Amino acid sequence: MGTLISRHWSTLSSGLLCSAPLFILLGLGFFGPLALVVLYSVQPRGSFSPFGTPTLENYIDIIEQTFYLSFGWSLLLAIISTAILLLICYPLALTIKRHSGTVANILTLLVIAPLFVAENIRLQGWVLFFDKSGFLDGGLNYLFGFGPGSLVNNVPAIVFGMVYVYLPFMLFPILLGLSNVPADVREAALDLGASRWRIFRDIEIPLAMPGILIGSLLCFVISLGAFSEAKFLGKGVIVTIAQDIESAFTFGQNWPRGSALAVLLIILAGTAVFLAMRRIDLNKMLGSR
Amino acid sequence: MELRGVDKYFGDLAAVNQINLAFQEGEFFTLVGPSGSGKTTLLRMLAGMDKPTRGDILLRGERINDRPANWRPTCMVFQSLALFPHMTVGGNVEYPLKCRGTPPAERKERASRCLELSHLPISYYDRPVTTCSGGERQRVALARALAFDPEILFFDEPLSAIDYRLRKTLEKEIKDIQRETGKTFVYITHSLEEAMVMSDRIGVMRDGGLAQIGTPHEIYSSPVNRFVSEFMGEVNSIAVTPGQDGKLWCASLGASITPPSPLDASFKQGTLMIRPENMRLVDADEAADTNVFSGELFNEYVLGSRIQYQIRINDDTFLVERLRESGSPESGEQIRFGWSAEDSMLFPE
Repeated sequence: MGTLISRHWSTLSSGLLCSAPLFILLGLGFFGPLALVVLYSVQPRGSFSPFGTPTLENYIDIIEQTFYLSFGWSLLLAIISTAILLLICYPLALTIKRHSGTVANILTLLVIAPLFVAENIRLQGWVLFFDKSGFLDGGLNYLFGFGPGSLVNNVPAIVFGMVYVYLPFMLFPILLGLSNVPADVREAALDLGASRWRIFRDIEIPLAMPGILIGSLLCFVISLGAFSEAKFLGKGVIVTIAQDIESAFTFGQNWPRGSALAVLLIILAGTAVFLAMRRIDLNKMLGSR
Repeated sequence: MELRGVDKYFGDLAAVNQINLAFQEGEFFTLVGPSGSGKTTLLRMLAGMDKPTRGDILLRGERINDRPANWRPTCMVFQSLALFPHMTVGGNVEYPLKCRGTPPAERKERASRCLELSHLPISYYDRPVTTCSGGERQRVALARALAFDPEILFFDEPLSAIDYRLRKTLEKEIKDIQRETGKTFVYITHSLEEAMVMSDRIGVMRDGGLAQIGTPHEIYSSPVNRFVSEFMGEVNSIAVTPGQDGKLWCASLGASITPPSPLDASFKQGTLMIRPENMRLVDADEAADTNVFSGELFNEYVLGSRIQYQIRINDDTFLVERLRESGSPESGEQIRFGWSAEDSMLFPE
């Protein structure tokens, strides 16, 4: 009997056994709640049971009301901050790459260090820094008698917050991408008569593309669901979709509507992921060519 | 192309030191030297990827020190080959033409010709370069450099990662291509064999300087110093001092040796060198003049058609090489060997 069981166990691949904890965690922590959200999104308005008669009325409500505004803002903010992050992180990554050693370590440390402090606290710090009579305004007033006044409560401040918070998520994938561009390949292109611009366009960008795409994807998806930046630095000047979802669940006590909004957001993010992942060969990127 | 008093320092370290060198048009020149002798640094300056600290690099009399690699009519085949991994074979070979703005149809035609020249089937044109084997990549790199149509081609030990047999084939192919195209090839390697097979002239580098420049034959048969002599192949060295009657005295063997040429009055001590192939076994009954010794056969190495004997006299070891034939002596046997005085080389110290 004992041998029978052990023989049975040995037929299960060790890979499956090793990945079992992850599967259980994903099942309980990710797919379960996701299924529940989808289920709730087709329940009647204000219902608290997931097992009512399915209906599409929440989706119809969403289309008829002005939720397209918060969807629009979230999408716009995500696109703008991803674009700005690309422009900042690419040169930064190049610099870190070129200065291997102390300079690179210091730069990397500077980027990582803020991650040890909670995001909300860092954002509140920026509010104190930028607000009227805050550190910047107050300090300048004290020293020179004039200051910029309040720099928060507007869209640029929200974008600033997003760029600030999500910088590492763009930087490190791009660094990984750039490590796929060997120095001698760049030199070879130069030697074959390519201009700097050509090397950038024909060699660097294509080879670093997996990293660039992953970084952009990460930043786009998380800024699509961004919440704290608009709340703290924007102070309600605009409403993002994540805030709408939150208030539907809490303030509005309308779980089905919150769920339906969440499902739409997931579809939006999922589409972006799907489009980008079709162009990435993860195996190649992680070096097992 | 010419180098005049070229130095390259990395910090305080002189990687290349006072190099004067001129390449002749259409020659196959090989720079050979041990690792760290400055070959690659020199080549990178020639190709325009590094700038000399001092001295001038001239191309047809014009100073080109500050001209970057993409403005020089030279092209380099890298040790790592540095192929563009995201392109096809054809894409790689076409790249230099693309940079120059050649129209697509002509590009394809010229790239195909270069592939043919480097013995790659045209069917490889649309294959991703990552699917090619080591030897094929080698050929792609060569074709890409040829497509650039440079006046001078540089090679930075491109064959070092390839297995012996393929390397032999490629060495000859590179040499053939050089003859066919009539271009100047400058090749660096640490392999003496490679240098001998391919070159018209060889420059031996040591510690950032050029120890000797000459044809393979000159360098092999009349090296200017002990370093070149040892680098160009196995050699027997004997420490000698002046002896009686114009002969040399070898203290460790306790014997007089006839020098290759009459000794200079200033000669105090030096090293006498004899290549193993210039040594011969001496029959027991043959009359012995000087330069004949007898020792214990310790080991033998078969080198294809030739055989090498390692003979020990006390603590000294000698190598004697000859054609393989039957009736070889056995290990442990006492055998006599010697050399003609004119085949030895004396380097005073």
